[in-house]
Order: sequence, then C-alpha cells, then structure tokens
Amino acid sequence: MNIIVCIKQVPDAKDVRLDPKTNTMAREGVEAIMNPFDRHAVEEGVRLKEQHGGTVTVLSMGPPQAEAVLREAVSCGADEAVLVSDRAFAGADTWATTYTLGKAIEKIGPFDLILCGKQAIDGDTAQVGPGLAKRLNIPYVSYVRKITGFENDTILLHRLMDDGYDEVEVPLPGLLTVVKEINEPRVPSLKGKMKAKSLSIKTLNAGDIEADAGSLGLPGSTTQVVKVFAPEFKGERAMLSGTVDEQVEQLVNKLEPYL
Amino acid sequence: MLQIDIEACIGCGVCEEECTFDAIEVIDGIAVVNEKCTLCGSCVDSCEVGALSIEQKEKVVQADLAEWSGIMIFAEFRHGKMVPVSFELLGIGRQLADQQNVPLSAVLLGSGLGDAARDLVSYGADIVYQVDDPALEYFTDEIYGNILEDVAREQKPEVVLAGATAIGRSFIPLVATSLATGLTADCTQLAIRPEDGVLLQTRPAFGGNIMATIECPHTRPQMATVRPRVMKAVEQDAERKGEIIDYQPKPERLQSKVRVLQSVLEEQDQVNITEGDTIVAGGRGLDNEKGFELIKQLADAVGGAVGASRAAVDSEWIAYPHQVGQTGKTVNPKLYIACGISGAIQHVVGMQSSETIVAINRDPHASIFDVATYGIVGDLFEVVPKLIEKIKERRG
Repeated sequence: MNIIVCIKQVPDAKDVRLDPKTNTMAREGVEAIMNPFDRHAVEEGVRLKEQHGGTVTVLSMGPPQAEAVLREAVSCGADEAVLVSDRAFAGADTWATTYTLGKAIEKIGPFDLILCGKQAIDGDTAQVGPGLAKRLNIPYVSYVRKITGFENDTILLHRLMDDGYDEVEVPLPGLLTVVKEINEPRVPSLKGKMKAKSLSIKTLNAGDIEADAGSLGLPGSTTQVVKVFAPEFKGERAMLSGTVDEQVEQLVNKLEPYL
Repeated sequence: MLQIDIEACIGCGVCEEECTFDAIEVIDGIAVVNEKCTLCGSCVDSCEVGALSIEQKEKVVQADLAEWSGIMIFAEFRHGKMVPVSFELLGIGRQLADQQNVPLSAVLLGSGLGDAARDLVSYGADIVYQVDDPALEYFTDEIYGNILEDVAREQKPEVVLAGATAIGRSFIPLVATSLATGLTADCTQLAIRPEDGVLLQTRPAFGGNIMATIECPHTRPQMATVRPRVMKAVEQDAERKGEIIDYQPKPERLQSKVRVLQSVLEEQDQVNITEGDTIVAGGRGLDNEKGFELIKQLADAVGGAVGASRAAVDSEWIAYPHQVGQTGKTVNPKLYIACGISGAIQHVVGMQSSETIVAINRDPHASIFDVATYGIVGDLFEVVPKLIEKIKERRG
C-alpha cells in the first residue's frame, strides 16, 4: 500500500495570545510543532505499512523550516519526505492549499491511500482533507477513529459521529482524516532518528508542481481574513465580599431565580 | 507578495508594530518582510507614506455574482430527528434574509422525514427542498454533497450555512470545493455588510486564542459552518406558511463509493450537558477524583449537570463527554457555576455565552473572574459545602 500522509507545522496554539492593546500575536516562546492530529495520521500510515507492506511518504506545504516536522515523521517510521515550498504559497486559504497539495500529489505519483489529521490546531478548519479528496476525485471519510480491516482494496473503519459512530467501507484509492483516538503515536526509534538525519528531503516549488500561478497563495484564495482580534468577554465581575458564610448567603440570594 | 517601496519607506516602524504575525522588521532604516507574512494587509493600511502594497493580480470575479440571491441552510436530520443546530441556523438565516430582503430556504435530506419540513417552516424557512430517499438513510459525504451542490447550483443562494457538526464539517468542504467557492469553518458570528452584501464570518482560531473575521468577496455562494448552540432559534410558530418542494435528484447523484454498513448510537454518559439549564463544572482546583463528588452534590442540589475543564478530563477525574470548551462541548445554560477552574481561554470559549456565570476560585487573579457574573475568592472545599447547605435550605 502506497500511503501519503499530509502533515503541517503549526505554532503550539495553546501558547498563542493576541495582545488586545497592540493586536500583536505574542510569539515569544511559542514552539513550532507537528500538528498533533497529524502525528496520529503518520502513526496509522506506518502501522498500515507494517501490516500490509508498501511505503509511507510524508508531504508538507510550508516554509523551509517545515522540514523539521518531515524529519520528525521519518524518525517515527515514514520512508520518504516531500516539502512543497514557495513564497507564492503565502496567504493560501484552504481552497488554494488543496489545489497546491493536489498538484504536488500528482507529481509524487500513484498512491493508494492519503491520510490527514482531522484538522490543524492553528486554523481548526478541518477543510483540507475533504477538499483535497475532491481535488483528486477520490472518496474520503472524515473523523476516522479505528481501522478495522483491509481487504480487496477496501478499508473497513469506524468514523466518529456526534451521537456515536458509523461503520463504513471505503474503496481505495481514498483519503481518510483521523482523530486522536485512532492510536497512540510511537516515540522515534534510534534507527529512525538516524534515517531522519541523513534523508534528503525532496523539495518542490510552484514551477515543479506545474501550478497555475493565479491559483496559489493569496491571489488563488477564495476567502480573505479582514480582521484579527482578541476575544472579548462580557463578564460583570461582581466580586462578593465578607466572610464565607456572608458570601454564600449573597450568592444564593442572587441565584434565587435559578433555584 | 508584500511589496516595500524602499524609496518611500522612512523606517518609522509603524508597520512593525501593526503586524500581528511578527513578519516585518525595520532593518537599517527600512522595513523588511520575512516568511511569517500572511498577506493580511494590516501593515498596508497603517503605512502613512504609502510605502507598502500587496501585489494583487486581477482577481477573477465570478461572472454571475449578482445573480446569486437568498439564504440557504442545510437542515441536518439524523436517526429520525432534526438536529437542533438546524433551527439555530434558521434563526440566524432569518436575520440575514430579512436584512437582505431575500427568501430563506432549507435543504432537508434523509429517509423517513415525516413532518420535518413543516417544522423547518414553523422555525422560519420560506422554502424547504426535501429529498426523502432510502439512499439518504445513512450519511455519506458524496450523496449529501451531490444533492446540496445541485440544489445550490440551481437556486443560486448568496449564502449557504450548515452546522459545524461531524456531518457538516465533513461534507460542506466537498460542496464548497465542487462549487469552487470559499468556506469558513465553525463560525460564531455572522453579519452582512450592508454596503456590498458581503457576509462577514467571524470564528475562533488558534484554539480560541484569536478571533478572525473572514470574507469571501469574489465567488458565490458564501459558505460557512456555524458552531452549534451559539445562534438562537426563533420561537416556533405553527401558523407560519412556507413552500415544501420535493426535489428530485438524478439517480446517478444518489450513488456513493463509500458505504455505511451501520450507524451505532453510543450512550452519551447518561447526561447530555448541552441540554440542561444549569451546569456545575469543576477543574484542576478539585485536586482529585474525589473532588468531583462535591461537584456532583452541588449539581444535584441545583438540579444541574456536571461539566469539567480539560485539565480535569486529562487528569481522568471525569469522562470526556463532560468536557466544556474548545476541544469539548459548547454550552449556554442559564446558570454556569465554575469551581476551581482557572478560566483558560479554551474553556471560556465553550461557556461564555451562559446567562449567569458564577466563579469560585482561590486565586483572585484567575481569569475565570473576567467572564464571571459573580465571583467568590475562596477555598472551594469550604465554599461549596456551605453553598449546598444553603441551597437545600432554600429549596426546602
């Protein structure tokens, strides 16, 4: 099974803050990491390869520094790594991103399965997986939490729903997006780390993937960010005072309508 | 790419300060852009000498832009029931449609729909396009996507909304890609700019730390998924009139390569915390699993459900279905009592729309107090038992 896993380098979202006064993102000490959901996609790809043979190629679109997450994926068992990188990709929304990834995948060659994390923790859109499947005209299933079988070029799986789960079969080639429950990602092996260190990462730019310039980056995007701001809260912040008994008494009086 | 006119640049540094992404730096008296630039354009507006510009290739504007009119929502029907977000979509959809003076339509897909279309009309839909077909018994991205795409192509609505549910967030990106238009995920605010009718779509990003407003200026329809339990449904009116149309999909559009073998409902851990009027939630301040006993007692006393912060769930003091916040559930009860919860933004985004918020925390600087209606600084192990006692007294 030839598997492509799409991964993204993201800022550790829990540390990102917007200073409400300056509207500037405080990035000090914010680490660039592999999108947590993508780690599970890489792990599932490597497990499928171990069971059924084949190769795992990790693919990332991003600035040159994104190489770090590709190497990390290789240290966890991926075989090949491809970085799609070009200044022309800046400002891409999910529409332009799926176009770019689709072109890169056409360049990489035939595949059986594409795996993605369910969403990236910076944008939280969950749109790239399904959009990419449409670009490649292959079937897809989102929120996969368990792969239960693989026979006759068909994968059997459980997809997470809001009220339970669906048992689903999907013919290959296809695309799956995975949730964290699907597996526990391994830590890199020593052998993997050695390989990651020495592996040469294939880099593709806009010309290499034969992309139409007008479809890339901001010019190729259908959506535009018009404003970024810190969330506002409307709390009244009425702090109660007095002894604990007095405060509890006041509170119960205030909550009277709800009791 | 961001263009910097080095002749014009005076190195004042206003752009450097303005940049949210730390992407501009003044070096040797001239602004220099780095790879963090997302082309958001805020520096361009801030530059007083007009030294910055974003090279804009002529955007290809969809030729028939003005022909798209009306607000359309996707009504989610599952396991024989309408999913509540459908009514919330009609609530916000009604507002947008009235502002634009256009009809509000709903696309209703499923098998055994019964009176569901009538319900949509009573909650504000002017037109319902329904398909009641065994092929729609289970959700598949392909078939649901095909039909919504076809109806949208034929009816040409300016806006298409769906719930940001497992189903909506899965198949709406397929529809948007098929229609070659933009999509914004998980919106918490929607408004139409009166000047040009553009939908302003506001959503949390970076795990809720940042809000972003997004527009889709050159293509139609403008599509968004909307976070459940944020928008308000309108009052049901059984007398409301509307048109119900049985839409006939082409047979080949009812085929899917993906097959659903069965759909399993899982126990939602007895209580569904999103439905009640009162939630008592606990966090890291509870110290251990036993601490939640206290939360349960308070919840029983006020007749509410038990919620939790991510810290408490990650520590395995309570199961995930109780988690409130960005990676858990969004709730908006009438009363939310937060005990020993620090108020990380990821938690706050999931409960800030509650009518009244009570915070009990021993740290007077805890950010939970910023969203609280009433705050008590104190040891919850002392405060909560007394509170339980008092409430029991009141309720007799």
